[in-house]
Amino acid sequence: MTHPLIQFKHVSKKFGGNVVLEDANLDINQGEIITIIGKSGVGKSVLLKHIIGLMEPDSGQILFQGQPLSKMKKKERKALKRRFSYMFQNMALFDSMTVFDNIALPLKERTSLAKEEIQRRVKEKMNQLDLEEIDDQYPSQLSGGMKKRVALARALVTDPAIVLFDEPTTGLDPVRKNAVHSMISDYQKRFGFTGVVVSHEIPDIFYISQRIAMLHEGRILFVGTPDEIRQTSDTIVRQFIRGLEVRHDTLTGITPQPQGEKRFREELARLQRHKIAFSLIIFKVKNLKEINEKAGHVVGQTVLRNFTKELRRHLRLTDTCYRFGMNKIIVVLTNTDFDQARLACAKLSRDMKLDEIFGPYRQEGLDCLVRVGFAEAQEDTPYETVIATAESMENTLDEFCFF
Amino acid sequence: MEKEKGMGMTVNLGIVKIPLMTLGRLTVSMIQEMGRIAIFFFKGFFLIFSFPLQISKIIQQVYFIGMKSVLVICLTGAFTGMVLGLQGYYTLVKFGSEGLLGAAVALSLIRELGPVLTAIMVIGRAGSAMAAEIGIMRISEQIDALETMDISPIRFLVSPRIAASLISFPLLTALFDVVGIIGGYISGSVLLGINKAIYFSRVESSVLMDDIIGGGIKSLVFAIVVSTICCFQGYYTHTRAEGFGAKGVSLSTTSAVVTSCVMVLVVDYVLTSFLL
Repeated sequence: MTHPLIQFKHVSKKFGGNVVLEDANLDINQGEIITIIGKSGVGKSVLLKHIIGLMEPDSGQILFQGQPLSKMKKKERKALKRRFSYMFQNMALFDSMTVFDNIALPLKERTSLAKEEIQRRVKEKMNQLDLEEIDDQYPSQLSGGMKKRVALARALVTDPAIVLFDEPTTGLDPVRKNAVHSMISDYQKRFGFTGVVVSHEIPDIFYISQRIAMLHEGRILFVGTPDEIRQTSDTIVRQFIRGLEVRHDTLTGITPQPQGEKRFREELARLQRHKIAFSLIIFKVKNLKEINEKAGHVVGQTVLRNFTKELRRHLRLTDTCYRFGMNKIIVVLTNTDFDQARLACAKLSRDMKLDEIFGPYRQEGLDCLVRVGFAEAQEDTPYETVIATAESMENTLDEFCFF
Repeated sequence: MEKEKGMGMTVNLGIVKIPLMTLGRLTVSMIQEMGRIAIFFFKGFFLIFSFPLQISKIIQQVYFIGMKSVLVICLTGAFTGMVLGLQGYYTLVKFGSEGLLGAAVALSLIRELGPVLTAIMVIGRAGSAMAAEIGIMRISEQIDALETMDISPIRFLVSPRIAASLISFPLLTALFDVVGIIGGYISGSVLLGINKAIYFSRVESSVLMDDIIGGGIKSLVFAIVVSTICCFQGYYTHTRAEGFGAKGVSLSTTSAVVTSCVMVLVVDYVLTSFLL
């Protein structure tokens, strides 16, 4: 029988008279990104600290691959700890060390790598995280966002198997926030680590998480995929999500997914009642990963943001544009049938300029490939089918290759 | 208050019980604390020798604890020696034995004042800094961060400080002694006119190797006491019941300085009684 990677079994923890965890149960699977949400002060960080052994449960067990942590020998725990990385909420950077030394510390202390190799790895991470030329500065000289990225670099420099992120994006601007998310997601795909994220960034965090767990009054109230949590009937979960969900996507300023879907349903109702045709275009930034790798995640997110901006500029006021995942944007075109949608696409692909998309980040050899697909909605086809039709078109329509 | 009835009369047991219980509780908690400090020290001490040796960190700490204390030690040493010369002269001259001034100054410095005053000066300069630095690292979760990286915080933070103290304290004590003896010479011979040759020949003839070794042992023990108590106070800042955060750090620093000063004097008495 295969065990989940990490299992919480009836874990309880009290601080004095303050019950933080009470009979918490949670399974974390290998290779997934699971996000823990919940009100502030509900004990999300405490949960994370239990995983890495900074805190011990008062009762209950934490199992790692079926083996209880409390019964492990010291050596085993030590070996296990080396596979973890923890990114603290307040960064916990060593304030009397330079940025370079901060990031290099886990390598210097734990490995016997040569100095050049350490330097190479640290530099590589710093470049990937857009942290050039601050090697010799001290954490107190950096902005909040930069500190976050230094902490992220320090957490990832050892290529860990499990990374615990305690509110990795609090206090960052929208572009950097999404850059951190896309970084987590990209690295997770590349290195296959298991990510446990504590976050308040709803719905942005949903794009990168496979599962969401909600902690409420010491228990895990809900575990499920982002779609499941959106459709749950549990009132506490629903209220919590509604309360945090923003009116506009923080990165692009467009409508977030749930509202976009609501708009689709409204249009569908109009179609059914008044026979007013409408279509849907799906845009996908094909090479977002490549842009991220070549120019950094901040550029990747800026491209996404500028693309959406440009798109909105060229759309009609009545059209709704919403985000559908990390690199996908959907436009709902009212009063538009299939042929008109095709014309609209052709016009858009002519009108939109690459320079506008990249802004100051324009550089040789860096392109933005956008694939497009569209479909006209029918009275009896559900939402998912329309999207699937549009998406299946993406790869066959070369004439609308953007840029 | 608890009352117990026996043989028809009421005995108020609280008067006896409560002070005894308090005393017992205090004693137990004090012994526990001492045990914790001892374990803390042994961990820190043995981790000094764990591979790879943290040579550069130890050198940094020697620079901080030792090198940067040189000026303070020279100043205090010089004036301590001078005042000893002055006081000694006026006492000895009453017996007509002012020629012994060199011996009096040198012996009291080497056996007693050198190690003790050096330790107290270093507590003020470096001990408080150790407690504050480690305390701040604790409250800003930097120590937790080390732990999550599987870097032993005791090895990383405490061991180099203990090692550096063990190196610096005897050297600083020796410096204090030498400067003090010269100070005694300045006040005794230069200012008050004792024969210069007699001063130094008395120093030479009265100081035995045992005295120097005794002083050396004292300074080593003080090094352990000071570095352990100061690091310990900083390291467990977060467990203080009276204050958290910055307040906790200030309390730890204060108690690090006070406790280690007191402990230096207590240990000094105990050691002296054994060494004599």
